[in-house]
This record gives sequence, C-alpha cells and structure tokens, in this order.
Amino acid sequence: MQIRRLAVALACVSVWVAPARAEEKSKHEQLAAELAALREQVSQMQSMYERRIAELEEKLAGVAKPEAAENAVLPMQAESPPAPLGSSQASAKSGISSFNPEISLILQGAYAHRKKVEERHIGGFVSADHHHGGHDGRGFALDHTELVFAASIDPYWRGQVAVGVLDEEVELEEAWFQTTVLGFGTGIKAGRFRSGIGYLNEQHAHQWDFYEQPLMYRALFGKHGYAQDGVQLKWVAPLATFVELGAEIGRGQNFPGNDRDVSGASSHALFGHVGGDIGVSHSWRAGLSWLRTRAGKRESHFETDNDEVRGAFSGRSRVWIADFVYKWAPDGNPVRRNFKFQAEYFRRAENGNLAVDDGTNLYDNLWRTRQSGFYLAGVYQFAPNWRAGLRHDRLSSGRQSLGDNPADIEIVRYRPSRFSAMVDYRWSEFSRMRLQWSRDRAMPGIVDNQVTLQYIMSLGSHGAHKF
Amino acid sequence: MMKRILVLFLLLCALPAVATVKVLATVPEWGALAREIGGERVDVTVATTAKQDPHRIEARPSLIARARTAGLIVATGADLEVGWLPLLLRESGNRRVQPGQPGYLEAASVVQLRNVPRTVDRSMGHVHAAGDPHFHLDPRNILPVAAALSERLTQIDPAGATVYRDNFERFAGRWRAALARWEAEGAGLKGNTFLQVHHSFGYLAHWLGLESRGELEHKPGIEPGSAHLGRIVASQQKTPVVMILRASYQNETAGRWVSERTGIPLVTLPYTVGGTPRATDLFGLFDDTLERIRNAAQRP
Repeated sequence: MQIRRLAVALACVSVWVAPARAEEKSKHEQLAAELAALREQVSQMQSMYERRIAELEEKLAGVAKPEAAENAVLPMQAESPPAPLGSSQASAKSGISSFNPEISLILQGAYAHRKKVEERHIGGFVSADHHHGGHDGRGFALDHTELVFAASIDPYWRGQVAVGVLDEEVELEEAWFQTTVLGFGTGIKAGRFRSGIGYLNEQHAHQWDFYEQPLMYRALFGKHGYAQDGVQLKWVAPLATFVELGAEIGRGQNFPGNDRDVSGASSHALFGHVGGDIGVSHSWRAGLSWLRTRAGKRESHFETDNDEVRGAFSGRSRVWIADFVYKWAPDGNPVRRNFKFQAEYFRRAENGNLAVDDGTNLYDNLWRTRQSGFYLAGVYQFAPNWRAGLRHDRLSSGRQSLGDNPADIEIVRYRPSRFSAMVDYRWSEFSRMRLQWSRDRAMPGIVDNQVTLQYIMSLGSHGAHKF
Repeated sequence: MMKRILVLFLLLCALPAVATVKVLATVPEWGALAREIGGERVDVTVATTAKQDPHRIEARPSLIARARTAGLIVATGADLEVGWLPLLLRESGNRRVQPGQPGYLEAASVVQLRNVPRTVDRSMGHVHAAGDPHFHLDPRNILPVAAALSERLTQIDPAGATVYRDNFERFAGRWRAALARWEAEGAGLKGNTFLQVHHSFGYLAHWLGLESRGELEHKPGIEPGSAHLGRIVASQQKTPVVMILRASYQNETAGRWVSERTGIPLVTLPYTVGGTPRATDLFGLFDDTLERIRNAAQRP
C-alpha cells in the first residue's frame, strides 16, 4: 500500500520536474538534491520491508519446525508434538463437547473376610432386598460392573444410561434425559433416575467413601438407593446462596413401595437443598427430603415362634430425610489435604395392612411402624492420594404395631449399628483401592468383624461428580 | 404455593434488565480482564482463586448459585475446567450461559493453542486433548481475548457498547505499551533453561524464549514420587537448568526437594492474578513474573 503511494508520489514529482527543467535551469541542482533524498527514502523503506519479510519468514519457520526446546529430558514431553497450525485451532474450539459422548466402564470388586450368616438382614427392619444364600460377598467377589453412557442428545436434551452387570444379572440402574434449555433455573429430568432425595441417594457405588452404603440406605431402599421411573422438576433460586427445590412423581416400583400396576403415580418426592461457602476453605450443603410411596401386597418374610411366614403389606410409606455435608480444603485447594463430613438422619412411617399367610390360614393385621436411623461419616485426605475415614451407623426399629397380631409374628426390637474405618489410596482419579474394617451389629446376637479390600477402576471418560 | 412463587419469579424476570452484567469468570485472569473491559457495567465474580488448581475444583453449591444468576461466563476452555464447569452449567439451569449461547465465552476459541497431542491415552496422565490450556501466560494472547470479551459484552448489553469499546481501546493501548516494555526487559532471558512442576509455563517460555527441560510431575496431574525426583536430581548434575518454576497454587515440596539437592533456585511465579501480592491485576501479573525470572536468571 505504502509502496504504491510512494510510486504515485514519484510519478507526480517526475511530471512536475520535467517542465521545471525546461523552464528554469537554475533550479536543477536543488531538484537533483530532492530526488536524491527521495531515492534515499525509497531505499530505506525497501530495506525496512525486506527486514520485516525476513522476520516473518523466521517466525513462520519457528512455527513449522519442531520445538526442540520443549523436547527435553523426560519421555512425556517427547510425546507432545508441536502445534500444527490448522488442527490446533479447530480443536481449541471444540472445548467441552470434545469429551462428548462420555462412555465409562467401572470395574468394582473386593476380597472380603466376614462371618457366614445364613440370611443377612437388618434386625427389626423389613428387608428391602430378597437376599437368599449365595456367596454373601465372602472371599473374592466381583461387584456390579457399571457401564455409564452420557451425552448431549442435541442442543435441547441430554441423556444418560447406567447399567450394572453381574453374571446373569443386568440391571438398568438409570436411563434418563434432561432439558438443558428451559432456563430460569429450572430443569426437567425424565425416565429412570436416582431420586434427588437425601445426599447419598444419587451417588453410584463407585462414589461411596466406604465399601458399603450406610445401614440407613440399606434399610430404607435396599441395595441400590431409591430410583424412580418418572419425572423430576428442579429449580435453583436466583439468589447469592444456593437454594434448590425439587419435586418428583413416579411409578414407585421400588421398596418401600412396589409395582402396583396402576395408572397414575404411586410415588411422590419433594426435596430442598441449601448450601454455600464460609470463607474460601469451607463449604456446606444441607437438605430436607420427603418421599411417599404406596405398596400393594409388598411381600416379605416374618418369623413366628416356630416358623417363618410370608406377609404382604398394602399401604403407605412416608420417609423424611435430613442431610448435611461439610467440606474443608486449605485455601479451597483439595489437591493435597481435604476433609469431608457427612451425616443423614431419617424417619419412616408405614401405615396399612399386613396379610399373613402361614400356609393354612390367612390373617389380616394392622401394620403401623415408626422407625428411624442415622449415620455420621468423616473422611480426611491426609496426603496426596491417601484418605482415611470413619463412619458410625445406627438405626432404631422404633415402634412397630401389628394390631391384635393373630399370626403371632415375632416383633423384633433392636438397634442395629455398625462402625467402619477405612484407608484408601488412589493412583489417579480413575483408580482407587480401599482397605476397610467394620464391626457390624446389624443383626441381633451377631457381631461380625469384617475386613474388605476393595478396588474401583474407571475406564473411559467419566463426567464430573456432584458436590 | 410453588406455582405462585414461580409466577412471581417469572414476573420478576420480565422486568427490564438491571444495568450491570453479572460475569462469572472461571479463573482470576479472566476475572481481571472482565473488570478491565466491563468497568462499572459488570459485576464480576471469580470461581477460583490463585491458590486453587483450576483443574481440580468441585462444583460447589455456591458456584452453582453464581452460575444460576450469571449473564456471562468466561472460561479458559480447552478442557481446563472439564472436571467441574459442565456440571456447574447443567445444575445451574441457566440457559443464557450454556455453550453456544452468547453468555458463554471460551478464551481458547480465539487463541492459537500449542502442544496439541496427536494421541490421547490415560496412560499418559491428565493430558489436555485440545492443547495446552495455560495460554494466558503469553501476554500476546490477552488482547484477542479482550477483543472477544468486549464483543460479547456488547452483544449481551448493547447499551454499554461505547463503554466496552472505549475500555477495550484504552486497555489495548496500555497493554501494547506494557508488552513492548516487557519484551525489552525480557530480551536478555532468551535461552535460559528451566524445570517446571506442571506444564504450566509452556506459553511463557515460548514468549520469552526460555527452554523447558521437563516437569517434576511424573505425568501430567500425577504427583511425582521420590524415585522420579531422584532421577531428575541426577540428570541435573551435568548440565543444570537455571531455575525451577512453580505456580503459586502448586505444592512447594517437590520443587524444594530438587532445589535443595541441586542448588538450583526454586522460583514461585504468580501464575495468575492474585498469585503474589504484586500481581493485583494483569499488568502486575507480568511485571512480577518477569522480575522474578530476571532475578533468578541474573544469579551468579
């Protein structure tokens, strides 16, 4: 551009110079001096441009040639190639979506040393699982291998599927989609999902800080937490403090409800969470949840004086859960040291009818229970990759009334408890091994000292975990 | 009751927008930049501090609350925040700041990334597939981000267009002047060698012509063991590097261990705004970084 402008200027000068020479020879010397000055300017500019071009060429060569400076001593660096001009820009834009879809496979298993107990249960509580015989998790045993697939479906929806596989058992733990574009702090999730009640309920087994979930969850919902086939609506308030409200309706096919084969919802849940930070090092979340389920002929076993009878409960269960989590990390940096405390408390009320079949007669009982329990757990990461934790579980069989109890069902009054201590080590965020000792008094008259060595390995890309 | 609250809330949302744009920056450098460009018209919060590892942040309730009300989220991108930001965005239920919306700006989208790996495998440790995301330490990368930020703020808050443009022009002028000064000051640093705790200073080294001789980390994101550090100490006997660089959020132990056994100075760099007392803004960040490197390089 500048060169062209200069050429035009030169042309003008020459046009002006020609008549001048013809008319006034006296000015000839002056003009020659001016021309010389112009030539000097031109040559200066030329050299400047040459220098600039050389600089540019140097820069280009610098980009193209491998960064010898960075390919130094360590093998990791030798593996990182220089940035190719085109491709890097393309991948820079991909950002978050580059990890989409996230597919992960979680390997879980353990070596467990524990007492041989014919039928593990929680004393004073109706069993949520149908657990008979089997290896009872003694010795070397694989836990569910979990396959999680999560991805954005399109700009409007996101979906996730979690499947637990163990031998001939394939369990569809979760299969849901959620909105991402409703705005105003709202989110809708539908399909099969882990309910938002409590703190631990949404977490999968590989996220637990101990080998087993707390007794409380086992008593309330069985092995896998409470999952709904239904719809969840959540709303986050536009406030400086975290306030989240949620509501769910669903089929309620899982314990404490069961599949009643009816239209309409059998299960309703409400929950609210508040949370925040205290300074940079402390953060917390507290929640309150309510769940109401209906059961129609929910079967379980009961002991009588000399026999075992089958009972079918029809009625309503209501569960309240209060949960609290507190986390600490120095300067809010959890990499080396951090601490987590969590506690949950529940009350459950069941009202209805228990039909008891002892093989010869069918009895109708009034069924009314008020039960409760809690756990407290603390986990401290005392060095990078090393954590230690303690947990105390306690339940109360509470009030259980069976009306006239014509079938003479034995009412077990008991306070199940368990104390656990664990140490775990992780090589990276994808592999962890845990040694745990538990003193399990979940069953009356049995003190079971359990030692478990557990592994959790995560293959593939796994999304971030919640707080 | 719930319905009534919702209706009330929707009515509130329909009211004319407040004069300020709520900006949530994932890391302090973009928070500082948003303050430069947005001035009085923006209300900036930063999700992390200079003492925190931006790779390892939890989607805390307080952050979800901030993402919920944000009008603009400024992130580094290139998978730096992949462990927490996607969850934060989903949980917030805030449509305006979802990727692809004007309220979501990834700085990496306007910057040329370096060290894009050809293959990514977990056996390599925590590798960033999109390239090295620590690009803010090449000060030449700040201006394109500033321009993009000014453009986004204008898009979100058109009434402030002139303010954002003026602020950008003023900032760009000061930045260019500072850049010339830093480049003059740093001219003598070319060819100095260093070790670093994590691959945090690739861009800084590229800018100043420093030569990296490797990391103390065994693999990216994995803490070094003593055997690995021992090998590094041994490798430093023949041709020692000039300095060991550490970001203020990174643990000191490994660097000090090597420094004590080799006599190579351990230099703590602010890494981001707030990392050292002098690094109060982006200018202070580079002033202090350069001074610390020059002090280490000038040692006998």
